[in-house]
Amino acid sequence: MLHTEVRELKLPDTPSPGMRVKSGDTMPAIVEVNDLRKTYSGGFEALKGVSLTIQAGEILALLGPNGAGKTTLISTLCGITQPSSGSAIVGGHDIQKDFREARRLIGLVPQEVALEPFEKVINTVRFSRGLFGKPRNDALIERILRQLTLWDKRDAQIKELSGGMKRRVLIAKALCHEPRVLFLDEPTAGVDVELRRDMWQIVEELRQDGVTIILTTHYIEEAEAIADRVAVINGGEILLVEQKAALMKQLGRKVLRIDLTTAVQAVPEALAGYDLELSADGTSLTYTYDTRAERTGITRLLQDLAGAGLSLRDIQTKESSLEEIFVGLVKEGAA
Amino acid sequence: MNFLAIGAIYKFEMARFFRTLLQSFVSPVLSTSLYFVVFGAAIGSRIQEVEGVSYGAFIVPGLIMLSVMTQAISAASFGIYFPKFIGTIFELLSAPVTFFEIVIGYVGAAATKALFIGTVILATAALFVDLEIQYPLAMVAFLLMTCISFSLFGFIIGIWAQSFEQLQLVPLLIVTPLVFLGGSFYSISMLPPVWQTITLFNPVVYLVSGFRWSFFGQADVSIGFSLFAIAAFTAICLFLVWRIFKTGYRIRS
Repeated sequence: MLHTEVRELKLPDTPSPGMRVKSGDTMPAIVEVNDLRKTYSGGFEALKGVSLTIQAGEILALLGPNGAGKTTLISTLCGITQPSSGSAIVGGHDIQKDFREARRLIGLVPQEVALEPFEKVINTVRFSRGLFGKPRNDALIERILRQLTLWDKRDAQIKELSGGMKRRVLIAKALCHEPRVLFLDEPTAGVDVELRRDMWQIVEELRQDGVTIILTTHYIEEAEAIADRVAVINGGEILLVEQKAALMKQLGRKVLRIDLTTAVQAVPEALAGYDLELSADGTSLTYTYDTRAERTGITRLLQDLAGAGLSLRDIQTKESSLEEIFVGLVKEGAA
Repeated sequence: MNFLAIGAIYKFEMARFFRTLLQSFVSPVLSTSLYFVVFGAAIGSRIQEVEGVSYGAFIVPGLIMLSVMTQAISAASFGIYFPKFIGTIFELLSAPVTFFEIVIGYVGAAATKALFIGTVILATAALFVDLEIQYPLAMVAFLLMTCISFSLFGFIIGIWAQSFEQLQLVPLLIVTPLVFLGGSFYSISMLPPVWQTITLFNPVVYLVSGFRWSFFGQADVSIGFSLFAIAAFTAICLFLVWRIFKTGYRIRS
């Protein structure tokens, strides 16, 4: 599993739990991307040799800022864009040589809402199923439409639907041919809370059915909430692929907040070496430390706090979010 | 072959046709009737007969050709241009279908629409004039080939067009003049000699002439030439479609 190694980022040599899963034999790879490059006719290099292995049944969040190459990567895997070089295999089928078999396995929910405005909901979903070479299955389509609360709207023309409803139709179209790999390109961008919750629910159900889900997002909380692994892409390159938990563990910085019984004017001299931040009202101190470090300095800090005569009312620690990790990574990549 | 996909595209396109049945059905009936009133009644009363055929009947094959060609082009070009315009083309490109299957679906549907309209016009015309079709099989064959080849041509235009203006450009500025000047409403022999020669460079002349031959057994150019012309036109369209497929021209970046 060469392709999932961490790039451009120095991580501890000791294997993390995430790394063990990556090299494990239990989960077969369903998508293998090998040195995929895409240069558009204008000369823009959207993908600069992307390699990535995605295991069957996992949820991978592809995280990156706008223009990072997320959509190009998905479009290339789905057949909308042709790669300039490199290869990709989906379910054992080469996406170019054996495109028919590869694409049969793939469902795509695109970022842009693109639907035939004058067609009825149910017909456009049936069309998608037929297009993917599947015989008509009204029971399945009913189940999907009900799941997406579209059943009552099945005879409505697309143009009569709200934005959120249209997005549901796109999801129904992607699911109606029973894909094994589902690409969700920014599925919750501009979507209301209710749909976002439904989406996550559907993703969870699909996961239970063993569907592999690749989701692009720049909402980090989305990745944090549902992904098993996170890949960070920027400037057409994968910066890192890691188990979400391991990533947060490895890269995460923790914040220790110390609430004081009585407010102080300034950080006492004796604690100057700790880089503490005092809150505006003088009642709490925050200390940021690296969980990867051999010594976090917490024990000494607590002793020194007592030594400085401060009495503590409460202490709490908080893990840094993926967002903070992500911003750090992208900055590091750009440097 | 992904027959289910071809069927899905075909059905989807035909649904578009039936949604606009008023435009698809009433419009050709109305315009044909108008042609008969204007050309048949007003001009026909002065021309009487062309090569032994009443003028009203004489213009029927040309009228059918005019509508079939323009309708085939507009149906096929719109059919593939619209998904490009609204973005739903992504689904075709990511589906397990070959370009060939996409072409069969779209061109098949456009040709069906054109054939339907051709038949409607023929039926309408039969209400106005006495019609006799001498070679019905040849007539059907010519009509089918015209439907298919002009649908292919329309498909190419739809792929090529990058705006609605471009979509209309070829049908309006090239095809309509060629059809009007292609002997739809007159016999080439009625023209001065110089124009007779110039007209022979108009490919539509051969199609109209061949089609008219299947009705009345007489033609401006020999039937062999007509068959060759339609075969050559179909071959050129097929070649262009194949090139589009090979290069992904204006569809797959």
